[in-house]
Amino acid sequence: MSQNAVQIRNRLVIFGGLGVALAIALFVSPFASSDPDGLDRVAGDLKFDEKEAAEKPAEKLPFYAVFDEYALRGAPEPIATPLAGLVGTLATFGLAWGVGKLVVRGKSHSEDGSQTEG
Amino acid sequence: MLSQHSPAVFQEEFQMTFATSCFSVLPFGMNGIGGIGGVSIGWRPIVALHIPDGFLNLPVIGVTWVISIALIALALQRVQAEYQDRTVPLMGVCAAFIFAAQMINFPIPGGTSGHLLGGTLAGALLGPWAGSLVMAAVFIVQGVLFQDGGITVMGANIFNMGLIGTFGGYYLFTAIRRSLGRNKLQSMVVASAVGAWVSVMAAAFVCAIQLATSGTVPLGVALSAMLGWHVLIGIGEALITVATLTFIWRSRPDLFFHPPRRSAVSVAQPYSVR
Repeated sequence: MSQNAVQIRNRLVIFGGLGVALAIALFVSPFASSDPDGLDRVAGDLKFDEKEAAEKPAEKLPFYAVFDEYALRGAPEPIATPLAGLVGTLATFGLAWGVGKLVVRGKSHSEDGSQTEG
Repeated sequence: MLSQHSPAVFQEEFQMTFATSCFSVLPFGMNGIGGIGGVSIGWRPIVALHIPDGFLNLPVIGVTWVISIALIALALQRVQAEYQDRTVPLMGVCAAFIFAAQMINFPIPGGTSGHLLGGTLAGALLGPWAGSLVMAAVFIVQGVLFQDGGITVMGANIFNMGLIGTFGGYYLFTAIRRSLGRNKLQSMVVASAVGAWVSVMAAAFVCAIQLATSGTVPLGVALSAMLGWHVLIGIGEALITVATLTFIWRSRPDLFFHPPRRSAVSVAQPYSVR
């Protein structure tokens, strides 16, 4: 394959993958189960759920003014969680990409193999 | 069904698999269709195995933070030494997918829910080092932006789900796949299913130990309760991991950290005309 075709295929992975993630966050999140998850359930059953800190440190952060858990404050109820998911997905994408970019910066592109040593 | 690469097909595939996984673990109908189709207003997804502030004591918090920071530092070093810049976009995509998938709690019988952790998925695609960095990024965004998983116990959450899940899942996946045949789809499927299930159980096991060490709950009951639920949650993890990795295997096998060798792949699914 030509270099150009490789580039197009790789862009397809990025946009396709990110598109799938955004679609899940936007359109599937309203259908998520609201039952307590594994640890919550155990905490309730074994009566240690009251040990949860009344004031979460995360509520001291400025983001708490924007998001109430997975809900965008001020947004209408049906879209508050999808919008929070949209922002969170993009933020996670950016953070992981940014960390990768900083760490792997300045290395030459190589076609074969993902490792330079064993 | 999987011959196209369009996002729409992927999404459909995912939703279908997701729905199947929900229904397949719902023979008792305890949540019924309401748990899936009923758009109840007012719920908040709060996520499995994410320890909130207050459950762990200071020594456990300290030890898990130290281990997590040390392993993240080592991971940064290894990624810098070993990875090419073509890995970088895949790290972003993987992190975004795992974040989004973690929002989707699937119901399991008994009125409980679980969701993907994604450590085995990240490890299979990115290897354990970049994979654990991606997992750490997910937990940082969840804790800082969405108050999901405590800030003080973030070290423990990164350690349990990010590091144990990713390293455990990756090494088990790789070992099983090698022993069954690296280039065969079936061996990848078996390896990812076992790797995903065991990594969830391992994370739940370590979480129970931390709760007990912190004096929050006695070890015996913590272990049996946590492992009991996560036996089922791990099945959900395995189904989603297998579906996602199978899709990638068929469309872009070169994205695997250890890609199948070309000759074997072209028999299964020719993807380039040469």
